[in-house]
Amino acid sequence: MTSPPMIQITDLEFQYDGGEFRLQLPQLVVNTGQKAAMIGPSGTGKTTILHLIAGICTPLTGQIQVGDTPIHPLSDAERRRFRISHIGFVFQEFELIGYLNVLDNILHPYRLNPALTLDSAVKRRAAELAVQLGIADKLKRSVKALSQGEKQRVAICRALLPQPQVLLADEATGNLDPANKQRILDILFRYVDKQQATLLAVTHDYELLDRFDQVIDLKTMLTLTPNTSHPRASSDAPREMTAQEPQEEMA
Amino acid sequence: MSAIKESVYLAWKYLSFNRLRTTILIACVTLVGALPLSLNLLLSASERELMARAENTPLIVGAKGSDLDLAINSLYFASVPPEPITMAEVQDMQASTLAIPIPLHTQFQARNFPIVGTSLDYFDLRQLTLVEGRAFSILGDCVVGADAAAALGLEPGDSLVSSPETVFDFGGVYPLKMQVVGVLDKSYTADDRAVFVDIKTAWVIQGLGHGHQNLADSGNEDVVLNRDGASITANAALPQYNEITAENLSSFHFHGSIASFPLTAVIAVPKDEKSAAILRGRYEVSEASSQIIQPTSVIEELLIEIFKIRNVLNLVFILVMATTLIALILVFNLSLRLRQREIETSFKLGCSRGMIARLIVAEVTTILVISTGCAVVITAGMSAFKDEITRTMLS
Repeated sequence: MTSPPMIQITDLEFQYDGGEFRLQLPQLVVNTGQKAAMIGPSGTGKTTILHLIAGICTPLTGQIQVGDTPIHPLSDAERRRFRISHIGFVFQEFELIGYLNVLDNILHPYRLNPALTLDSAVKRRAAELAVQLGIADKLKRSVKALSQGEKQRVAICRALLPQPQVLLADEATGNLDPANKQRILDILFRYVDKQQATLLAVTHDYELLDRFDQVIDLKTMLTLTPNTSHPRASSDAPREMTAQEPQEEMA
Repeated sequence: MSAIKESVYLAWKYLSFNRLRTTILIACVTLVGALPLSLNLLLSASERELMARAENTPLIVGAKGSDLDLAINSLYFASVPPEPITMAEVQDMQASTLAIPIPLHTQFQARNFPIVGTSLDYFDLRQLTLVEGRAFSILGDCVVGADAAAALGLEPGDSLVSSPETVFDFGGVYPLKMQVVGVLDKSYTADDRAVFVDIKTAWVIQGLGHGHQNLADSGNEDVVLNRDGASITANAALPQYNEITAENLSSFHFHGSIASFPLTAVIAVPKDEKSAAILRGRYEVSEASSQIIQPTSVIEELLIEIFKIRNVLNLVFILVMATTLIALILVFNLSLRLRQREIETSFKLGCSRGMIARLIVAEVTTILVISTGCAVVITAGMSAFKDEITRTMLS
């Protein structure tokens, strides 16, 4: 039985203010519980698509729906509230706050928006997450004293703590060694499986793609079938989305 | 409420992480707050302290001339002594019974501390008390102020030699070895630096009185210039005593009329206001060779001039405050630029629109609250010790 769609983009058009980059995306669908990888050369709009799904950017036209919530008609404050409570963002550069210790970094989203309430249950959950991710003994440490892998685990803890329906990972494994790449994916996949959440991960690590349920190649504008060893090898996969490359690249 | 609490928490974390920057900011704001307040407190205390000594000195009689020089010299034993007046002023005032006259003779120094020739009434007027020894009672005795005693390491039983007016003044004032008989308690006034002697001792230092061998009994004809019956005139070879002891005390004598002997001033303590008015009237006639001044009005005028600097200081403080404010805005602006990535991350995570503003407000408020606390503590400390500080600075 097919799961209902969690992320749906239809007839999307986007352009940055004053910029030449223009993105057109007729359709993109990621179903609930799916682990989708999005690949493509730099500048094709992978990060922009994540930002549009998270409501960080708003489209010129088209619809974006996450779960039952249409993102595009929401006000700025509503999009912020929706983002902090329904979407977990994991960044390539971890984006941890240097002046906060590990625990405060994990709890950080709860201090950023009143939509999340920081109580003892949340703190308990944070501690449990830290145990699961193997950083329980480092909660009081400065994040500057952590290794790259540990930093990314802290960033994942931060993303998972609000128990989001959607996880967006922007090259989350890009700065890690092979062992840590696998470990981080394990953590993210475990969460998706346990919570019936949805993962959309931008990646350049082609060797990891066979672990994803779905691979979206922005360059070929194709959605690849699961367990594809290399995206280019599956160019006959059914077309589900299109993206127009930036004009400068086209030139 | 929770949003404010979280903003304050994050602000505190940021400030404590950047300790050096925070400490510098707090120190700047604290100084800007505490300096003007503390300085104004000190200036006010100085005004009061300076006025208190003037208010404690009802009237001063001195030679006609600068009333300011007369007041400064008589109150603080500073500046060049005014032109001398004579002991006749004291005798006249005594005879009039209008006021108690206290003579002042401030011409000489002992190791850079002023020698003040006066009477014991001066100690009553200034309410000076002895911590050691006794008051001067015979010629050659001296009582030293607390600071002078501490600086020179003097105590009763020691001696102190007056300084000659000039090193090469062979025909002038010769040093007199004085006996320290008492040390005064600290009063935080100019009296702490003074060496008090009886007015007659001051005249001995000036050479108006002296002691030497009895020429009739000495049998030393080399020192005799002329004999006219019982009257013997000595020549310059006659050795004079430069120390007054129990043995030679009786040989000390003055030549001439005491009434003509010099004083630098006379402090007049009138019986009542009417006596003061009459006394002032006597000196205000144009033929009088002396003047009478009311130290309070002289010092008041002086303070008005001196403390015009308060306006300058206030202006400087306003400029410093404005500069500090601009610097603070600059620091926070730069800090925001440095934190741009953190702000972007927070935004991507879903930070509410007002959160960054609240964070900055919380940081500024935290710095201002801590700085205000520090400024209050410094100002309170200054307020508690302002009198001691002022006295130490002025004495």
